[in-house]
Amino acid sequence: MCLAVPGRVVEFTDNGPLTRAGRVSFGGIVRDVNLSTVPVAEVGDYVLVHAGFAISIIDPDEAARTIEYLCQIESPTNGQSGGR
Amino acid sequence: MKYVDDFRNPATATEYVRAITSLSTKRWTIMEVCGGQTHAIVRNGIDRQLTDTVILLHGPGCPVCVTPTDLIDKAIELASRENVIFCSFGDMLRVPGHEQDLLSVKAKGAEIRTLYSPLDCLEIAQHNPDKQVVFFAIGFETTAPVNASVVYQAHQKGLHNFSILCAQVLIPPAIAAILESPECRVQALLAPGHVCSVTGCGEYEQLATRYRLPIIITGFEPVDILQGIYMAVAQLEHEQARLENQYTRAVRSEGNKEARYLMSRVFHVVDRTWRGLGVIPSSGLALRDEFTEFDAEKRFELTSRQVEDNSQCISGLILQGIKKPCDCPAFGGDCTPERPLGATMVSSEGACAAYFRYHGSGNLTR
Ligand code: SF4
Repeated sequence: MCLAVPGRVVEFTDNGPLTRAGRVSFGGIVRDVNLSTVPVAEVGDYVLVHAGFAISIIDPDEAARTIEYLCQIESPTNGQSGGR
Repeated sequence: MKYVDDFRNPATATEYVRAITSLSTKRWTIMEVCGGQTHAIVRNGIDRQLTDTVILLHGPGCPVCVTPTDLIDKAIELASRENVIFCSFGDMLRVPGHEQDLLSVKAKGAEIRTLYSPLDCLEIAQHNPDKQVVFFAIGFETTAPVNASVVYQAHQKGLHNFSILCAQVLIPPAIAAILESPECRVQALLAPGHVCSVTGCGEYEQLATRYRLPIIITGFEPVDILQGIYMAVAQLEHEQARLENQYTRAVRSEGNKEARYLMSRVFHVVDRTWRGLGVIPSSGLALRDEFTEFDAEKRFELTSRQVEDNSQCISGLILQGIKKPCDCPAFGGDCTPERPLGATMVSSEGACAAYFRYHGSGNLTR
């Protein structure tokens, strides 16, 4: 139910404050998404979409850091949790 | 798909299972709050991979499961009316009310539409001026902004044939209710990442401090969940009790300010009844006075009937993490996804349905 899927903003189609919307690609499948609560999103950004409504912008640096987390905890010099 | 596939990598998942197993000195009890996480855990066999290391309890985070029977009955009553187009997320159609479900009303000819987004209601209402369009607004903080947006837009457009049957609930008060129960066994929590991407971290920080337990805001893919479990176990092993954010790619500490503004503009906080859990203070949302004409319960003057829920069903105890689906005598016998007795068997995110569908095929690949 709280399913939200990351998709790439392809273009904007509406710029009204409540109706700001655009076309968002989910691995090639393109859908209309309301982008009113992610005002700083630009074309090319990935947004997290729930029920046709973007709720967050994906931060690529943080995504990379999450992937690297395992390497940190695996390294023998760092037995501690690498928690942030 | 970008930001999905990397977090489903089976080799990484296996590494995490190994890391968690070597880190833990005893068997810890961790609850994942969100039904989406429950579904991912059971589908990917994470619970079975970690049986010797952690006990995973499944929390109340499935809006379909916690919507009270009384509201399902109201939905059925509304949908049965001649001039109503009743709109809902698909999951709600098979949830049993006291006598029937929405699907059986639909089979008798009621106009019920399942929607991907509540935003579609605006067009449906505009195209059907002689009908009343009602949306079944269920959900947590993830869904509240879009539901708020629909009501706000309907208000601005002066749409007089649209309303919502509101069943919006809030996660932190439900977590507090579970942690306060004397039967509570939970030692750490995985908090729902998508809810937090809207609300931010503040309330969860307070919960971690107040109830002295680790809370990890966690994403939904297998690697996210395993990393969340790892972080929880690391804190437990070091006797720490603080909030950590595993899902940093989507959750900022302040959340989504615009979405929160929209929610608070349209809704205010009220007490709500949760199916299986009873009334939880300040755990739900209702429309503010300014938007009261969009409240279907008021527009159609619906009244509540007090009827007992099915006594066989122990879903309330399951939603609190006190029992597991296999503890229910009806599980898999009288109660199956085809003929569900309780809501946790209906929704694919309900613990009973997840156990029914996936237990027995445990591996980390899909
Ligand atoms: S198996 Fe069915 S009856 Fe038993 S708790 Fe789950 S939903 Fe309720």
